[in-house]
Amino acid sequence: MRTLKYLLQKEFKQIFRDSTILKLIMVMPVVQLLIMPLAADYEIKNINITIVDNDRSTFSQDLTSKILASGYFRLTGYINSFQAGFKQMESDETDLILEIPQHFEKNLVKENREKLFVAVNAINGTKAMVGSAYVSRIIAEFNQNIRTELLPPSKIPGAPTIEIVSANWFNRFLNYQVFMVPGILVILVTMVGAFMCAVNIVREKEVGTIEQINVTPIKKHLFILGKLIPFWIIGMFVFSVGLFLVSRLIYGIVPEGSVWVLYSFLAVYLLAVLGLGLIISTYANTQQQAMSLAFFFMMIFILMGGLFTSIDSMPEWAQWIARLNPVSYFIDVMRMVVMKGSGFGDIKKHFLIMAGFTVFFNTWAIINYKKTS
Amino acid sequence: MLLLFGMPIAQIVLFGFALTNEIKNTKIVICDYSKDISTRAIIDKLEVSKNFEIERANLSNIEIEKVFKEGIVKLVVVFPPDFNNDLHRMNKAQVQIIADATDPNTATTLNMYVSNIIAGYQRELLQDQNIPYQIETEMRMIYNPELKGSTNFVPGVMALVLFLISVLMTSVSIVREKETGTMEILLVSPFNPLLVVISKAIPYFFLSLINLSVILILSVYLLDMSIQGSVFLIFAESSLFIITALSLGLLISNSTSSQMAAMLISLVGMLLPTVILTGFMFPLENMPKALQIISNVVPAKWYYIIAKSIMIKGLGISAIWKETLILLGMTLFFLFVSIKKFKIRLT
Repeated sequence: MRTLKYLLQKEFKQIFRDSTILKLIMVMPVVQLLIMPLAADYEIKNINITIVDNDRSTFSQDLTSKILASGYFRLTGYINSFQAGFKQMESDETDLILEIPQHFEKNLVKENREKLFVAVNAINGTKAMVGSAYVSRIIAEFNQNIRTELLPPSKIPGAPTIEIVSANWFNRFLNYQVFMVPGILVILVTMVGAFMCAVNIVREKEVGTIEQINVTPIKKHLFILGKLIPFWIIGMFVFSVGLFLVSRLIYGIVPEGSVWVLYSFLAVYLLAVLGLGLIISTYANTQQQAMSLAFFFMMIFILMGGLFTSIDSMPEWAQWIARLNPVSYFIDVMRMVVMKGSGFGDIKKHFLIMAGFTVFFNTWAIINYKKTS
Repeated sequence: MLLLFGMPIAQIVLFGFALTNEIKNTKIVICDYSKDISTRAIIDKLEVSKNFEIERANLSNIEIEKVFKEGIVKLVVVFPPDFNNDLHRMNKAQVQIIADATDPNTATTLNMYVSNIIAGYQRELLQDQNIPYQIETEMRMIYNPELKGSTNFVPGVMALVLFLISVLMTSVSIVREKETGTMEILLVSPFNPLLVVISKAIPYFFLSLINLSVILILSVYLLDMSIQGSVFLIFAESSLFIITALSLGLLISNSTSSQMAAMLISLVGMLLPTVILTGFMFPLENMPKALQIISNVVPAKWYYIIAKSIMIKGLGISAIWKETLILLGMTLFFLFVSIKKFKIRLT
């Protein structure tokens, strides 16, 4: 026990001596947590629309003003030629082209039916889908209005309509920040923990001080504990700053569920992540190698952790990779507890899996850490 | 070495397949309190869709909250009793869609899918009735008729991988010579010191070109992307982009003195901004104005626009000369500053 105390003393002294790294630990997460959620917004608004009006009639103008009044669209052109509209689409100036054919009004009144043509830039599939749905809804409403205008009230056919009432639970106003901030916090805590822990041991290797420790009677597991505990505390600290200072004070996010659930999960999670950092450090010989390996894992963790895109939509094999990713569990738990108020019962499975990761990674690291080199 | 080639390949395959904004195979629960012809017809339509896995159960509100908290079911559709009656007698029936909006993106998208299917059913009903003054809308999805996610993500991942690898490798390899002291030996040799540094970057240029070819081949044959425009043009533009990244790497290596610092700048500093501000993850036009302005200094943003225009839209140089000039300008700027900062003598 006394050995551990001295080891910890040594680690903390080393960490606090390097002021640049310390600043990096404190400032980087806070700044990123402040900026990133502002950018990470999927909400589709401001769809650019170009209207090619070959008719220039009361109807076509009504439809145009109806579309613009909806608030979803921004008019980027009101022109006469589809060719010119398509040029705009090629240069990304517009997302959607609505073409109103010549004699639209006349044909509609005379022949009872007429066609509208909509071209959507579908490179971003989600945006295309949302945009086209908005447009068709507006056109349908416009269509209904025309009927009420043109037909005597008695003759308006009773079209069967299905009214869709939607409710969004847990996040009534579809606020993206409540969704992103907890997830990004997880990534930042992971980065600080795993990166620093991995590089720390490798540095001792590179500088050669590890040899000195190896010749002392310090036990393997004590040495590793001495490395784990300081970063565990730092991780806890960064998380608290993020949770209480940034997300509560600035974004006004108050967890629905108990903070204790979050902290107990974090405690286990940090052990798992630090264990991963340790494994990396036992394999790498130079800081460059350690950094590159850590970077490779971080890329996969970030992009496959369900932070930005949903895991459920990935192909089966990719979902298996996501299941092997400890980050995805913590992101899930964060969102469940913060937004839905889930308790221990709901996240029991996550807990067990994370405990499994912790035991697995740390055993591997201890076995693989050789005192002789 | 393994890292140089393995990483880009692993990433393009992994992210090309896995990253998508489409929502597939989501579990939804249908509470059908009516069980009549209309609800059955709508449910059949929902079942055909690849987007859902349907489960039928009549849940109470408390039970719905419980399944949402477990986190597997994302959406509940409720048909109230007498749905068919209401629809055909009163001409108005109600459906309730309750979404777990923890993830606003999934919630809106799923809601949209279900609403579209119900609207489609309604349109069929209308057609049967022969209603006057009918406007039909013909929708055409340009560039990506199947609304695949990879069309959007592959050019983005290309930009990301090429950029980060090039910046990282040049910056670190030069700083390493400084750290180990071999730089001094090179500097006292009769070579022009500038040439020394530039020749360090050239191998990475060719490595990146090989990477690019592998990435392109993979995206065509594995990810089903077709290259609409000229292959020569995409190579030329990519070379320019790689040179931009390499000169940024040179600049970083000239301004730092330790591998650790160089790496922190090129990884921690570059990774997230590149992912976010390139515009392939999140639409740039949704961001606050300040971020949109900042995004202009991210070289990957311009390359992403170029790659999209050539690969997906099949456009020629006339459509992308502006972006090309911007990349060229950035490259010259980086090179200029790094030459200015380049010190022949080590301190």
